[in-house]
Amino acid sequence: MLTRLLSGDKPRSRVLTLLLLVIVISLAFAPFLFPGTKSLETAARICIFIALVASYDLLLGYAGIVSFAHTMFFGIGAYGTALAQSVTGPSFVSILWGTAAGAVVAAIFALAIGLFSLRVKAIFFAMVTLAVASAFAVLVSQMSWLTGGEDGLNYRIPRELTPAFKLIKAKVFDVRIDGKLLAYYLVFFASACLFLVMLRIVNSPFGRTLQAVRDNAFRAEAIGYRVVWYRTTATVLSAVIAALAGSLLAIWLRYTGPATTLSMEIMIDILLMVVIGGMGTLYGAVLGATIFILAQMYLQELMGVASNATSFIPFVSDLIAADRWLLWLGVLFILSVYFFPTGIVGRLRASRG
Amino acid sequence: MTSEHPILETRDLTIRFGGHVAVDHVSCTFQRGTLTAIVGPNGAGKTTYFNLISGQLKATSGQVFLNGADITRIPVPERTDRGIGRAFQLTNLFPSLTVRENVRLVAQAKAGKGFDMVSVAESHVELIERAEHVLAEVRLIDVADQVVAVLPHGDQRKLEVAMMIALGPQVLMFDEPTAGMSVDEVPVILDLIKTLKQDMDRTILLVEHKMDVIRSLADRIIVLHNGALVADGEPAEVIAMPIVQEAYLGKAPEAA
Repeated sequence: MLTRLLSGDKPRSRVLTLLLLVIVISLAFAPFLFPGTKSLETAARICIFIALVASYDLLLGYAGIVSFAHTMFFGIGAYGTALAQSVTGPSFVSILWGTAAGAVVAAIFALAIGLFSLRVKAIFFAMVTLAVASAFAVLVSQMSWLTGGEDGLNYRIPRELTPAFKLIKAKVFDVRIDGKLLAYYLVFFASACLFLVMLRIVNSPFGRTLQAVRDNAFRAEAIGYRVVWYRTTATVLSAVIAALAGSLLAIWLRYTGPATTLSMEIMIDILLMVVIGGMGTLYGAVLGATIFILAQMYLQELMGVASNATSFIPFVSDLIAADRWLLWLGVLFILSVYFFPTGIVGRLRASRG
Repeated sequence: MTSEHPILETRDLTIRFGGHVAVDHVSCTFQRGTLTAIVGPNGAGKTTYFNLISGQLKATSGQVFLNGADITRIPVPERTDRGIGRAFQLTNLFPSLTVRENVRLVAQAKAGKGFDMVSVAESHVELIERAEHVLAEVRLIDVADQVVAVLPHGDQRKLEVAMMIALGPQVLMFDEPTAGMSVDEVPVILDLIKTLKQDMDRTILLVEHKMDVIRSLADRIIVLHNGALVADGEPAEVIAMPIVQEAYLGKAPEAA
């Protein structure tokens, strides 16, 4: 049963299995294990980014395609859901059609970019995606009558998904069973489903063909695979899943703006998460996203504590002052890429832990 | 319609790279079930001629016919579907995948299952069995789980042949299949090619430098020199021709 759910793709390392179990259990019971707004915010963000980063790994790690338009697809999904909410008012129906519309638009964009530029050299495709994504970001910030421009969109979502809604009066383990909790579980289960779907895709005959195309496109053609179509399909699939992850973010945040969805910074973050976790292993997306977001959310705090604790040592306490957290985040990444060139998953599998 | 045509024919096939004519008006027909060796000095255009037939290069002029149908403008994957199988001179495999997976991918392509994204690849047992059957034939079954990148050169050459067998095309094109192989590995490959020709009635085109290999396998030899077809006939006859002695065996270096 579990093997079927994982499409026969087991973690293949004891340490990795353990880490994944810890992450999945922590996320599944996050509202009860780590009560508090910030930790729930972090957990939801991790769920969404696992799906988003995995969809990027589908493209980069499995199909070997470098794209810089992934945040554009993420944004298209988010804006689809956001616009549906703000135009027709909060309802589950508008969430559904907004999400569907976002996914369809993302698919059309991906198909167009793919057919237009996947025939030629990889670097050309990367450049085209960069150009299209930048143009899209400018367009969104200029069309403020529709998108709210740089300020983004604030909107309401169905009451059942907000803290104001109480499912039951009593608290469970001292936690309110409210709409926010429901929203979290919507995000959790939707992300988990997306992840399992992707795990199936990469282990299907199609996924195997993608790996062949990545390894040697020339030979893949010579044994009868139409490489352009495989690459284009992979681009479309990854775009649609990114858009769905974007919709989840839109539902969770009740806000959609360029900074939370479209920015190049997020694109770089996604890239780093894939590389840190391990390219071409969807499980790497789980580890990469979790570690990265935990670092983003808590490194500053942690360093503040450490800095105070070491305040009697003049140089050290300055070095780990909370303000320097970005520096240390950078150092962490350089070290992880240097020591784990195949990512954490690649490293763990190689050591047969 | 297929029976009256030769299985493969090139008509005035030509490719120019700038001012250099790499393949120069080569007209040649290949009959079903025969093995033709293509010989000539380095740079004679043998591999280029192969690339024109299998589609990696597009002809400047002239045509290629498969079973009488013009395939000159058809892209590579479709030529493969129609029955042209190409093995490469420089090892050309999927390096990060296992030996079994390399062959399985060929079987999967042949079964037309490449776009299936709903099932798990391992659930198609018949494709795995097909791959393992072929691997047993080329004596690679013991290393089936190894990643191709770490495989010794000789085994990579065998895998190249295994992929051709799994593809099972009507026309097989081998470009120096024994190049760089150790002496004791060569007979395995030669036996396989013989089996393909005799038992499976395939048409085989073979680029080869080793004269003993050619003598033991070929029904016919064609000689390319500076891109042009300069000799064509029975092995013994062609090898005896002065032009072959000059152009191929290098008895008269000034001939070029």
